[in-house]
Amino acid sequence: MLKTVRVTAAIIFFTIISLLFLDFTGTLHQWFGWLAKIQLVPAILSVNVIVIVLLLILTLLFGRIYCSVICPLGVMQDIFTWFGGKAKKNRFSFSPAISWLRYLMLAIFIICLVAGVHFIVSILEPYSAYGRIASNLMSPIYDWGNNLFAYLAERYNSYAFYSVDVWIKNWIVLSVAIVTIGLLFVLAFLNGRSYCNTICPVGTFLGLISKFSLFRPTIDTTQCNGCGLCARNCKCSCIDNKKHVIDYSRCVVCMDCIGKCKRNAIKYKLRIDSGKKAKNDEGKPEIIDKGKRVFLSSSAIIAVSTIISAQEKKVDGGLAIIKDKKARENVTKITPPGSPSIKHLAQHCTACQLCINSCPNDVLHPSTELETFMQPIMKFDKGYCRPECNECSSVCPTGAIRPITIEDKSAEQIGHAVWVAEMCIANTEGVSCGNCGRHCTTGAIHMVPPKEAKSEEILIPAIDTEKCIGCGACENLCPVSPLSAIYVTGHERHRKI
Amino acid sequence: MEKRKDISRRNFLKIFGSGIVTTGVMLYGCSSPKENSKDKSEENNTNLGDVPTDKMTYRINPTTKDKVSILGYGCMRWPAKENAKDDENPIDQEEVNKLVDYALAHGVNYFDTAPVYMRGYSEKSTGIALKRHPRDKYYIATKMSNFSDPSFENSVKLYKQSFKELQVDYIDYYLLHAIGGGSDCIQTLHDRFIDNGLINYLLKEREAGRIRNLGFSFHGDVKAFDYLLAMDVKWDFVQIQLNYLDWIKPLGANIDAKYLYSELRKKNIPAVIMEPLLGGRLATLNEHIVKSLKEKRPEDSNAAWAFRFAGSPEGVLTVLSGMTFMEHLQDNIRTYSPLEPVSDEEKELLNKTAIELLQYPLVSCTNCEYCMPCPYGLNIPGIFKHYNKCVNEGNVSESAKDENYAKARRAFLIGYDRSVPKLRQASHCIGCNKCVSLCPQKIDIPEELHRIDEYVEKIKQNKL
Repeated sequence: MLKTVRVTAAIIFFTIISLLFLDFTGTLHQWFGWLAKIQLVPAILSVNVIVIVLLLILTLLFGRIYCSVICPLGVMQDIFTWFGGKAKKNRFSFSPAISWLRYLMLAIFIICLVAGVHFIVSILEPYSAYGRIASNLMSPIYDWGNNLFAYLAERYNSYAFYSVDVWIKNWIVLSVAIVTIGLLFVLAFLNGRSYCNTICPVGTFLGLISKFSLFRPTIDTTQCNGCGLCARNCKCSCIDNKKHVIDYSRCVVCMDCIGKCKRNAIKYKLRIDSGKKAKNDEGKPEIIDKGKRVFLSSSAIIAVSTIISAQEKKVDGGLAIIKDKKARENVTKITPPGSPSIKHLAQHCTACQLCINSCPNDVLHPSTELETFMQPIMKFDKGYCRPECNECSSVCPTGAIRPITIEDKSAEQIGHAVWVAEMCIANTEGVSCGNCGRHCTTGAIHMVPPKEAKSEEILIPAIDTEKCIGCGACENLCPVSPLSAIYVTGHERHRKI
Repeated sequence: MEKRKDISRRNFLKIFGSGIVTTGVMLYGCSSPKENSKDKSEENNTNLGDVPTDKMTYRINPTTKDKVSILGYGCMRWPAKENAKDDENPIDQEEVNKLVDYALAHGVNYFDTAPVYMRGYSEKSTGIALKRHPRDKYYIATKMSNFSDPSFENSVKLYKQSFKELQVDYIDYYLLHAIGGGSDCIQTLHDRFIDNGLINYLLKEREAGRIRNLGFSFHGDVKAFDYLLAMDVKWDFVQIQLNYLDWIKPLGANIDAKYLYSELRKKNIPAVIMEPLLGGRLATLNEHIVKSLKEKRPEDSNAAWAFRFAGSPEGVLTVLSGMTFMEHLQDNIRTYSPLEPVSDEEKELLNKTAIELLQYPLVSCTNCEYCMPCPYGLNIPGIFKHYNKCVNEGNVSESAKDENYAKARRAFLIGYDRSVPKLRQASHCIGCNKCVSLCPQKIDIPEELHRIDEYVEKIKQNKL
């Protein structure tokens, strides 16, 4: 019964979260966008205190339900484990926790988070790891399916579906996703939740709390005949059936053992009575010890949050730094409107790819640079940041890209355009063009006669950088290719104009 | 009885999925020889009955006494291959052969091509298809398309090339192609035909019998038309644009069909009609207009009205139609087998239709592709086609408050991406104006593209 509830809930959560990464129309986000925002690390990064507290309470009450239901990477592993179970039954056995590795990983994660070693954070963070898998491996299939429907719809003159471009946004991110899913498949197929209980920092952190959860599966020693069936079906390998002890720091309350026990010896129940009766002197000091640890780790989390917000405050105000205009390559990255600065994005983003996948204009790409590894950056080769769209800001669960209205967005300067005189066809071919000026969304490009006018009709663009918001329309629609004769260079910190 | 049997078989087919290729093949396999000799169309088409083979209306050319079918085949829109490479013949020859065979079998005997059509491959394909039939069964029309290089040598080369491509030793109808273009149409005329001595050369060719009829096709500035008619040359025929829309009001700068036709009548020069359907625009009409036409003649297609109108004047020798699809060919053959001239009452209705049509912000593009290729990669006719389609279907909104705005917006935008790839859309028009002088309909292409782009921008941003 409890297992059915868990499985049902997990399937619902997993499906919807996956669809968040697949749905390119943005409709699902309106209703279920919160599912990404209740993921633990994104919530911490966005200093979403309510979510953090609720998740902590949930874990304290019921154990690591988060890992079994809310975390898509966990559910995905459960699916792999389920396949493993089809191949071989009763295949698990108790193994002691590899504590040194768990806490080492957690420590590395926290240190990297604070120190700003983002790529390690991105790789370890479970929700984002799943996001990369969904957006790189599942979404092409989804899109192709959609394109098939679009093709059929076109045949029937219907506008119910429209086709989308399927393209590999970045080979490196794709490889990371493939390696992740490959590794997890092997681990989960053979050993169940071993990743969650050794590597995953979220699992370890929640494990610290779930040790004290009020409700927990408990072995009734009066009923137990020591058959070990529970332990052999525990994907967390956390039931020591010989000692009749369950390691609650590793238990993800999947309820599998409850159903497996033929003697009904395992029950999911309140801790207090069992704790008082079964445990005596031994338990007490341990509990205090653990309490300390929980306190420490919780305060560490809060500390991380405050450090991040403090850094952000420091750079408030002032003028935007404009990098070298001469360089044709975009030395300054362009980050989406809503992200206050490149630094802010780098610090808060876990590279889940949700924004990249939901960008309807194909503007967002994963970065390949180490310090912003797999995080979104803007490129205007395939499209430009359309004035009517704020999709990325509305989907971002970590607050790296903060919600921004369409109106505010049209006034947020994320970069500015640079004209390359020697490449412009007004100069090279003597053709009157003005396509940049015609499409400038803020009217920042004025078409003016050049100083030494050859012809009255041929005008050149003059950019009012105060008005330019860096949307990239000019760069995208410039007829000169492959490198446009006008391009956007990003601003480190965004500002309102 | 015979008829009843036919109908029941058709119903049978309907039930089991008529139009599916396999059914057609199956039926072909098991039908009797007598049925085999019948039209294939009868099996996969509507219940209009057979396409007649022997009822075509013919007009007599006063000069050569040619008996020309009122339906002429325009070879500018042959079916294209699915995945032709850029440097390859884009025409699906097998389909062309099929269409040509069918046309000839049903009495069509006038084929109009030009060296520049279909990226320069039309003459060749038309020649291949026609070569399979006796030379006296059809008339070939082709043109002097010396636009880029009007030197005598090049022009003669082009002329001789046509014989080679078409695999013929005489040409029935030879035209000076697209008179009236250029910034100074008279000057262009002189450059292309008079000053270089080409006209004299062609007149000698006519004397020699290698050109049986000499004429010209006219687009654009009417001064050139008058100038040529006033010349001391006997024109055997003239090709003009005529349809019920151009009849009431010149769409471009100077295409006043009524004037052109009456001038030709005065001189008793037969008229060959092009753009009777305005590149299909008179076939896809607004729902409201279609209704008024259907009320009058429920079985007639929209195209049939346009073709009947174009063929009705007595001075018309033939009406050209660039038929890409078998269904269009069949429909047109039906319309003209025989031609039932439009009555005065019907003329009045078409007149009203034309006035109504002019109220819609349609672009008068006929998809002739003379403007292509655009140096910046735009699909100009594709953009106009989509826009016109949306106008006709009521998917171009006046304001965001329109009742069906949301639906129309979606249809416009999704349809736009479907029919024209993003990189070829109007937003990429830089306004270089290279296309302007090329358009025989005198459309200010960049201006229209910018207008459409602005509209797209507005509906994308929901700021209409």
